[in-house]
Amino acid sequence: MNPRITQRIAFTFLFLSTLLILVPVFLILLMIFRDGFQALSWQFLTAYPRLGMRAGGIFPAIVGTVYLVAATLAFSLPVGILAAIYLSEYAKDNWFKRVIEVAIVNLAGVPSVVYGLFGLGLFVIFLKFGASILAGSLTLSIMSLPVIITASREALGTVPLSFREVSLALGATKWQTIRRAVLPNALPGMITGTILALSRAAGETAPILFTVAAFYLPRLPRSIFDQCMALPYHLYVISTQVPNVKLSIQYGTALVLILLVLAMNIVAIVIRAQFRKRKLW
Amino acid sequence: MVKPKIEIQNLTVSYGPIESLRKVSLDVSEFEILGVIGPASSGKTSLLRTLNRLNDENPLFRKQGRILLDGLDIYTKMDVPLLRKRIGMIFALPAPLPLSIFDNVAYGPRLHGIRSKRELEEIVERSLRAGFLWDEVKDRLDTPAMKLSGGQQQRLCIARSLAVEPEVILYDEPCSGLDPISTARVEEAMQQLKQKYTQILVTNNTKQAARVSDRTAFFLMGELVEIDRTQKMFTVPQDQRTEDYVSGRFG
Repeated sequence: MNPRITQRIAFTFLFLSTLLILVPVFLILLMIFRDGFQALSWQFLTAYPRLGMRAGGIFPAIVGTVYLVAATLAFSLPVGILAAIYLSEYAKDNWFKRVIEVAIVNLAGVPSVVYGLFGLGLFVIFLKFGASILAGSLTLSIMSLPVIITASREALGTVPLSFREVSLALGATKWQTIRRAVLPNALPGMITGTILALSRAAGETAPILFTVAAFYLPRLPRSIFDQCMALPYHLYVISTQVPNVKLSIQYGTALVLILLVLAMNIVAIVIRAQFRKRKLW
Repeated sequence: MVKPKIEIQNLTVSYGPIESLRKVSLDVSEFEILGVIGPASSGKTSLLRTLNRLNDENPLFRKQGRILLDGLDIYTKMDVPLLRKRIGMIFALPAPLPLSIFDNVAYGPRLHGIRSKRELEEIVERSLRAGFLWDEVKDRLDTPAMKLSGGQQQRLCIARSLAVEPEVILYDEPCSGLDPISTARVEEAMQQLKQKYTQILVTNNTKQAARVSDRTAFFLMGELVEIDRTQKMFTVPQDQRTEDYVSGRFG
């Protein structure tokens, strides 16, 4: 066949495949906006559910998800960053490091429901945290850690070797070098990766199912040892467990969840853009 | 003969199976500029990175032989950060940190515990003056160092090294990325620094060694072929290979 024609065919398929990715994104957003938008109101965001969750708002679920994300951030960000620093900057290239690296890759592939069962076994039952924000956010943290560690190591990898050598050559210790020359330049990348991992965690249902999520709770959690409602689980409940819930409430809940995740992603993108503007090497 | 500042005794350096320096012995006198010339992979850069122990970062690095600074073995008798404070290094490419001009120069002193703003300001000014950069940047110390020209960046790096008050300065092809005028400025700075510092200049530019250094050492394939007064090296070298190299017949 004429090479020009084969080239044209190849381009067409490449382009169509790319287009195919956009279609579901567009359709999902369209459907959720169309059916959920009318449910959105100040009252929907700030009121408790009423009439067996068939009316009222989703305030406790929003608050619960925000609490879970915040607690997950508090646990996973420091651990993830410190582990990434150790692996990238300190660990010698030996079998131990390779085992850890393989473990991280595999951890990222574990299905989320398995994390949920693991959290149930370890945090809820064995450590006696009960179903609580503590148990749920620790479970979400473990699920997020592989992504955070990988993103953080990538961020460390983008810091030029020359920064480290310059610092060492001025008489800095290794830790001073990491602390002053490397970390400030890697931190925005680390934070971006963490937020993206957390936006994923915010929408997960399976890990919180057994560890924290409440079917219905007529009050806000008072401490990290309380259960709480959460948006993804609430969505699951009103879509499958409670009969005769209005479509607009279901889609409204989905819309709020998507907007929350979208907002987190936008924050991550803004941080990254700010950093790129500032960065001059 | 001035007392030797650095004594290198029978130094062999290898990275895994690759040997990059073989049985090198030489002394560096206090306050001299020693030029080190030789073609690529002759071991010049290895020598510098062994002198301030930057090679320690490379897990494949092995060395035999001894290096003495003021008579003390730098590999057994010295704390590494302290050694690197005494032996500063200027890299081939200007490497400012992504900080302001002021913070770049103050980076070293701050590492070593100087906090007082006034003291830091004094050090920064003194170092920038010594690096012949002060007049060009004194009104914009807060601007990012990355915005300076290449030549200014390299002089900033020299000033930054001077700020920790080293005794020896190693230059690893410091002008390889600079235009002739910037190169002249850097060379001028080196001449002025002679009064207080011992300097070792590794360069691919044979003429630069001829211009700047008091003595010149010629390396080839990891071996020290010849070391002598620069004038003599470039007029009546002892070794045929030196003559071929400095006259531009290879390299």
